Amino acid sequence: MTTLAELARLIRSKNAGPFELTFDIMFDDEATYERVKRSGALSREVVATCYGLEPEEVKFFYCDRALAIKASIPRPYFQGDLRDSDGHGGQQYAPLMDIEIR
Amino acid sequence: MLPTDNEIRVLSPTGVCGSGFMESSFELALAERPHFIGCDAGSTDPGPTYLGTGRAAFPRDAVRRDLRIMLRGARKLGIPLLLGSAGTAGGDAQLALVRGIVQEIAASEGLEFKLALIHAEQDKAYLQRRLREGRVKPLHPAPQFDEATIDRSAHIVGMMGAEPFQRALAAGADVIIAGRASDTAIFAALPLMRGIPPGIAWHAAKILECGAAAVVQRKTPDCMFAWLRKDHFLMQAPDPSLRCTPQSIASHSLYENADPFRLVECSGTLDLTDSRYDAVDERTVRVSGSGFIPAERYTVKLEGAEQVGYQSVLIGSIRDPYIIRQIDDWSARLMEKIHARVTMVYGDDVKREDYHVNLRIYGKNGTMGPLEPVKEIRSHELCLVFEATAATQEIASAIAGITRHQALHLPIPEWSGLITGVACPYNYMERGPVYRFNVNHVVEPDDPCEMFRMELSQVRGAAVRSIAA
Repeated sequence: MTTLAELARLIRSKNAGPFELTFDIMFDDEATYERVKRSGALSREVVATCYGLEPEEVKFFYCDRALAIKASIPRPYFQGDLRDSDGHGGQQYAPLMDIEIR
Repeated sequence: MLPTDNEIRVLSPTGVCGSGFMESSFELALAERPHFIGCDAGSTDPGPTYLGTGRAAFPRDAVRRDLRIMLRGARKLGIPLLLGSAGTAGGDAQLALVRGIVQEIAASEGLEFKLALIHAEQDKAYLQRRLREGRVKPLHPAPQFDEATIDRSAHIVGMMGAEPFQRALAAGADVIIAGRASDTAIFAALPLMRGIPPGIAWHAAKILECGAAAVVQRKTPDCMFAWLRKDHFLMQAPDPSLRCTPQSIASHSLYENADPFRLVECSGTLDLTDSRYDAVDERTVRVSGSGFIPAERYTVKLEGAEQVGYQSVLIGSIRDPYIIRQIDDWSARLMEKIHARVTMVYGDDVKREDYHVNLRIYGKNGTMGPLEPVKEIRSHELCLVFEATAATQEIASAIAGITRHQALHLPIPEWSGLITGVACPYNYMERGPVYRFNVNHVVEPDDPCEMFRMELSQVRGAAVRSIAA
C-alpha cells in the first residue's frame, strides 16, 4: 500500500473564486499518473466522502497532458464568511494525502 | 526568438502589480520588442475587506516600484501599458489610488502619455434596473442577491472583458488603468484587435496573467513572455534560469480554476480540450489547438462586498489536560455563559441575533472546522481564537471582554475553587469593520462597455489635462 501523498509531486487546494474550492493532485511522470488514475482510488465519490458532499456536487477531471487529477467543490463557507477559517483555501487538502493507492 | 511581422509579442512583468519582478528579466524581455506590456493588479483572493474598505492589499511603495519600471519601459519602446483590477479590488477608490501613483511617477520621471482610466464600480440604480429586468443571473453557488443586497453593499464592481480595453486602445491610450477586469482580458484585448484567433489569444492570456507562475519552479515573482501567431503561441520566461515545459504550461490551467478545460469569459468560453503542448527547446513551449466558443449572451460578472459588522478578536490558549479532554463540552458551556452575560448587560438592546461569537480551536479543527476528519485531539495545548462581531465596535469589544472573563474562570468538575483556565497573551484586539462577499451573479448588458465608464487625459510630467472620451 502506498498513499497518494507518497506518489504525487504536489497535492494542493486553493480558492477558485470566493465560492468554490479546487484541489490539484499533480504527478512527475506518466507511469505514476496512470497508476493512480487506473487504481480508481481517487474518484469523484472518494472526494465527496472526504468533504461530506454528494458525488454530484464534486467536479472531477483527469488532465492527461498536465499529468494531474483535479476536483472542485463548493466552499463549506464562502470566503470571508464569519466562520471561514481559510481565506485562500490553501490548507484543505490534507484528507486527500492519506488515500491509499494499490 | 526571431520576430516576424504577423505575430504579437506580449510582456507580462509579474502576476500581481506590487508583488515584484527582476529588472534584469524585464530588460531581457524589452529586447524582444513586445507590442505591449500587461499586468494584473487584483484578485478576490485577499478577501472581501479590500472591496469593502477601498484599500489595496499590496503596499503603495511596492506598487510604485513595479509601475515605475513598467511605465519607463513602455514609454521607452512607445508601446501601451495595460493594467487591470487596479489596487486589488478595482473599485473607484483603488482606481484613484493607482492613478495617483502613476501621476507621481510621470511627474518624477518626466513621462508623457495619454492615460485612460476605466471605471468598474457599478451604479446601484443601474444594477437595480437590470435586476428588475431579469438580466442579473446567478452562478453556482450563489448567495441571495436582491434589491436589498444592492442597497446594503459597500461597493459592487463588474469584471470587464476585453472590449473596454479595446475602446481605450482605439482612442489612442498609451497607459490604461482599469478597475476590476477579467485577468485574461488585459492580455487578450490587443491581440484580438490585431487578428489573433480567440482560442490562441485567450489561452496565452490565461498563462500570461500570472507572470512566471507557469514555469517548472518559480523562485520569486517574475516576468513571462509570449509570441502569439495565427495557429499557435510560444511561451517563455525571460530569465534564462526559468523553464517552461509542456507539463508546466498544461498544468497552469488548473490553478485557481474550478474547471481546467473550460474557462468562462464575458464573450465566450476558452476550450482547452484539444490543446497541444510541445517543447520548442529546453525552456520554451509551443501551444496550439485551443478553441473559443462564443457566448450566446455577453455577460459581466459582479463582485460585491457588504459590511457584516464590527469585530473584536481575543486569543488565548489552554494547557490543562482536564480542560483539553472536555473541550467540546467546555466550549458549549462557555457559549451559554457568554450569552447569559450579554443578556444581563444589554437586555433587549442586544438580542441573540444581533451579535455573533465565533470560536476557532487550533490544535483541534481550527483549519478545517466541521470538515476535519481527525476527531481525536493529541495536542498538549490548544489555541483559542474568539471573534465577537456586532453592530458597533463598542458592543463587539464589550462582548469580547465578556468572553475573556467568562472563559478565564469557567469551572470544570475536576477542580474545586476558582480557576483561571485560559492563558491570554494580551487583551482583545479591535479589527474594525468586517465584510463579506455578497454576490456571485452575472449581468447581461446591452453593450460590453456600458458598465465601464472611461476617462481620458493627457499626462505631461506633473501636468494632467482631461480629454473628452
